[in-house]
Amino acid sequence: MSINEQQDEIVDEFEMFDDWMDKYEYIIQLGKELPLIEEKYKTEDHLIKGCQSRVWLHPEYKDGRIFFTADSDAIITKGLISMVVKVLSAHSPKEIIDADLYFVNAIGLNSHLSPTRSNGLLSMLKQIRSFAHAFYLQQKNNATS
Amino acid sequence: MITSVLNTAELRKDFPLLEQSVNGKKLVYLDNAATTQKPKEVLEALNTYYEEYNSNVHRGVHLLSQKATDAYEAARTNVAAFINAKHSHEVIFTRGTTEGINLISNTFGRMFLQKGDSILITAMEHHSNIVPWQMICEERGATLKVLPIDDDGVLKMEELPALLDDKTKLFAFTYVSNSLGTVNDVHEIIAQAHGKNIPVLVDAAQAVQHMKVDVQHLDADFLVFSGHKIYGPTGIGVLYGKEQWLNVLPPWQGGGDMIKTVSFEKTVYNELPYKYEAGTPDVSGAIGLSAAITYLNGIGLEAIEESEHELIQYALEKLTAIEGLTFIGKAKDRAGAISFLLNGIHPFDVGELLDKQGIAVRTGHHCTQPLMDIFNIPGTVRASFAFYNTREDVDLLVAGVRKAAQMLS
Repeated sequence: MSINEQQDEIVDEFEMFDDWMDKYEYIIQLGKELPLIEEKYKTEDHLIKGCQSRVWLHPEYKDGRIFFTADSDAIITKGLISMVVKVLSAHSPKEIIDADLYFVNAIGLNSHLSPTRSNGLLSMLKQIRSFAHAFYLQQKNNATS
Repeated sequence: MITSVLNTAELRKDFPLLEQSVNGKKLVYLDNAATTQKPKEVLEALNTYYEEYNSNVHRGVHLLSQKATDAYEAARTNVAAFINAKHSHEVIFTRGTTEGINLISNTFGRMFLQKGDSILITAMEHHSNIVPWQMICEERGATLKVLPIDDDGVLKMEELPALLDDKTKLFAFTYVSNSLGTVNDVHEIIAQAHGKNIPVLVDAAQAVQHMKVDVQHLDADFLVFSGHKIYGPTGIGVLYGKEQWLNVLPPWQGGGDMIKTVSFEKTVYNELPYKYEAGTPDVSGAIGLSAAITYLNGIGLEAIEESEHELIQYALEKLTAIEGLTFIGKAKDRAGAISFLLNGIHPFDVGELLDKQGIAVRTGHHCTQPLMDIFNIPGTVRASFAFYNTREDVDLLVAGVRKAAQMLS
């Protein structure tokens, strides 16, 4: 599934719920589907800075694609990471860098998340992009050397 | 039918903001320790000031300036009477509690703090009663000492005598903990400090809106609070200082209004209270705060204390029944706030789901990070009460917490 197809699927699923409590129920459910980071990676350098709750993120580069695993001590945060990972995991660094993440706005998360949460979400996206950049450069260097 | 000392249902109508929906649900506002809502009387006082007599104070010869000056000084007198200060010039208007503490840490610290001396605080202080002291201690080569608390969030009074040693120059402590709701035995603390000739600063930011505070009866040397936590506007606060202290301490900020005469060679400072109010003061803020105090006097602090106490007991009782809920702070004598955690659940998750149900609480460390470290937690969920909160608010909170717990476990 492409990044945009995955985003559209999430947007469609959110549209089924009118009430925000139901949407949160769904976010919490998504959190349970998050591919969990291995315990050994739950270290200080895997923590995302700028999140109020603790979020660990680990990228694995395999056959030209990045696979993310993550975890958080907050359940709703875990659901949010899960959405992002669902959309961006298993794609090439270039695809991730070029991705236009419209689903956050489309499902109305921006206006409903508390400011600390949306800042956390932004930090998370920033971290994912910077991983993608690093792998992209590595890929380019390997190709030219 | 439960009878309360106050008709809260009726009094709520004085607060226009409370009559609204949040996320499609009736607003339940339980973040009063962060800031309180404002009664119509305060909003009208601000409006009248700007519509009818906005003018700079203490300097104009014209009528509007005279009216503004009279109202500003009447506000000071009203505040002085509210805390029973001996003189109204012992009341200094500040931007808030934080500025009041910074004023004292800077002036007192520079005058009396020497290398090797110490300032004493407690383990339950707000950052605003920690950081200013840390800064001045660092500057003066002094040490910051901390009176610890027990597991219930109560000060270990048995350790106080040893900490009040001859190196201690001042003891700054909170009257009521903003995170735990603990009410400290302020009379006893002050008596012990004064027994060793150590002056005290009382942080009353979480006290003045909940109980009668009498600075003379307490014998407080300095006492600070914020207007916006006592139903007044933001940006105004009060520093009370005994006349003999404020006369001895140097000025802090320089500028207009705090001077008698200025030449390039020498400035003669103004007398109290103007010595500590450099620049154009927050005239409307002072007038708004005074309106809030007049409004509270009309209800009566004793009735408010009794009514809130009853409501907090009711809330504690109802929350206790929730499985997996732990209180952070279990003092017997408490006011304002109730902090809690749900077993293994991050406080942000609970706070967010409460918000979606129209319930405003605070989650996080409440500007008391060292205190959270003592309990080894990232933060708490804090419900904090005002006299306008009702049993229905508590019932909705309890139902909201139950719903959040069910979704998150």
